[in-house]
Amino acid sequence: MFLRQIFASLILLAGLSTNSLYAESIKIGEVGSMTGSEATFGISTHQGIELAIKEQNSKGGVKGKKLELVSVDNQGKPEEAAIGTTKLITQDKVVAVLGEVASSRSLAMAPIAQKNKVPMISPSSTNPKVTTIGDYIFRVCFVDPFQGQVMAKFAAETLKVKRVAILRDVKSDYSLGLSEFFKAAFTKSGGEIVVDQTYSSGDVDFNSQLTSIRSKKPEAIFVPGYYTEVGLIAKQARKLGIKAPLLGGDGWDSTKLYEIGGKALNNGYFSNHYSKDDQNPAVQTFVKNYQSAYKQTPDGLAAMGYDAAKVLIAAMENTKTLAPKEIRDAIAGTKEFQAVTGKISIDDKRNASKPAVVLEIKDGTFLYKTTVNP
Amino acid sequence: MAEFIQYIINGLSQGGTYALIALGYTMVFGILQLINFAHGEVYMIGAFVGYYSSKFILANHINEKINLTINGAADVSTTQSAILTGLVVIVAAMIVCAIVGFFIERFAYRPLRSSPRINLLITAVGVSLFFQYTGQLVFGSDPKAFPDLFENLEPWTFGSDDNTIFLEPLKVFVFFTTILLMLILRHVIFHTRLGRAMRAVSFNHDLASLMGIPTDRVISATFMMGSALAGAAGVMVAMTYPKVEPLMGSMPGLKAFCAAVLGGIGNVTGAVLGSFILGLAEALLSGYGTPTYKDALAFAILILILLLKPSGLLGVHRTEKV
Repeated sequence: MFLRQIFASLILLAGLSTNSLYAESIKIGEVGSMTGSEATFGISTHQGIELAIKEQNSKGGVKGKKLELVSVDNQGKPEEAAIGTTKLITQDKVVAVLGEVASSRSLAMAPIAQKNKVPMISPSSTNPKVTTIGDYIFRVCFVDPFQGQVMAKFAAETLKVKRVAILRDVKSDYSLGLSEFFKAAFTKSGGEIVVDQTYSSGDVDFNSQLTSIRSKKPEAIFVPGYYTEVGLIAKQARKLGIKAPLLGGDGWDSTKLYEIGGKALNNGYFSNHYSKDDQNPAVQTFVKNYQSAYKQTPDGLAAMGYDAAKVLIAAMENTKTLAPKEIRDAIAGTKEFQAVTGKISIDDKRNASKPAVVLEIKDGTFLYKTTVNP
Repeated sequence: MAEFIQYIINGLSQGGTYALIALGYTMVFGILQLINFAHGEVYMIGAFVGYYSSKFILANHINEKINLTINGAADVSTTQSAILTGLVVIVAAMIVCAIVGFFIERFAYRPLRSSPRINLLITAVGVSLFFQYTGQLVFGSDPKAFPDLFENLEPWTFGSDDNTIFLEPLKVFVFFTTILLMLILRHVIFHTRLGRAMRAVSFNHDLASLMGIPTDRVISATFMMGSALAGAAGVMVAMTYPKVEPLMGSMPGLKAFCAAVLGGIGNVTGAVLGSFILGLAEALLSGYGTPTYKDALAFAILILILLLKPSGLLGVHRTEKV
């Protein structure tokens, strides 16, 4: 009985405090994988978003009101992402939702945002399906067809290889999409896909797939997965005597990649949203501010999180009443917005068209290799 | 042909890791008729103990000290040094897991000893989930990279160019450790006083206690041995596949359970046999068929064996007492 009273008063207190303290703030929702096997994606993105919001608040917020970020952790699970989105919209009454990194989870969130007519911006989900869910769903990154083309072009023109193997993650919409577009672009440019193998995220043993790939003697292997598995794959490939370079997409962008894969990753290449070595002042200011706030170098996902929040804030400033419909229209009208990861214009399919960079892995650091324009 | 042999090697090494887990499963079942679903989590704890202890050893250069006392030189780049460090880490994990196993039995299962078996089974699932989520709280749920103790160990190669077969020394080590542990277990169960007491408890718990066998102590010993095996398995798997996370125990745990049922649950040799069959089947399916259905294979085998030969390949059929 006593316990119950304490609980009741606690709940009451919690309710009171949120209502009274933040009545004058604007709530922005965020759903991300702060824990789970893609935790660095969620944490980087979160820090990027947080930095953008802090900067805006120090300038006085939007329309005289402070911005408040409400974050939900989805543990890397699509079902949790869906629950989190519902909570943000129905309970916290956020004006917009930022998230997710992984396309599978953005696809779980998008229908909910669309149904409730709350604008959603995905910082870095590159699967084309994400924004086709409805007119309230946006992204500030490039899409898989482009990312696939970038790596196909890079393989054919820079690495000058003709025979490539694919190893894709069947559980991830991102990996499947990237593989398809890579395959189409690479065969069009005269190359040959010698073998197309699969794995499921969460697997730890890839020896059988790699043995089968090895027997076809590819000159490069395209592994558009996420960093945890890619690290293990690289290691096992080297132990099976495979010397062909590994190629991948922005799912590789994590410091954990090297922690798991180590030296086996040397001579690997992946496409990404930006390079910290880019001398553009917008990039360098961001890198400096991020480093002083979090004591680490921002990866591509942190930059994307920052940009997503920036685009949203800019759109909110262009509205009269901060009504979701107005914010949606303002985001849709974004043109030539100078962001960290390049100039962002939102096209009629609610995607951003912008350049990609290719990075080379060398002893744990990602070196800038080349930029590919759309 | 080289490809086929490589698949067989891959399969045997994968099967070896299942066997290490399945041994503990089957042992506890053999004595208590309890399917200890928390076994996969003990395996996870073993991997984490291995992770933290090897980090500790590498950070404090304890491996150099061990080397100095044994070899008279602090050179840690040798294979021998790596194996020594590996063994220290395995022993540490086995001790911690034996303690964890003791407490699981003492506080979760012993109070329910006289209740229906279904209560125990549900408790086992509860214990398993408890460890999975406590693990996320304590260790954090992001995967950790297990330190590479055997970095300098190059795989052995056979044949030339296109027909080269690669054999990792670590996998050979896992394979022979599995066989060795199986033989030790068989010896303990069939040729020692403790083993005789275990078999007596398994045969009839109440009668055994009337005959003066300290059943509680025997059951504790069984759990500690089974858990120590899981701990060793955790470290060895983490060395081969350097990724440790709190949920890593659930899938291998379930697969090892399938393997134990395939071989005849309660039968030590059967558990090892079943695990190797499962490992080989998975490797060949991934190689020649589609890896997409790899995880489904274990459960398909489980269903088939329960339909066709419920006692497993080497199991003896017991009439169920109601």
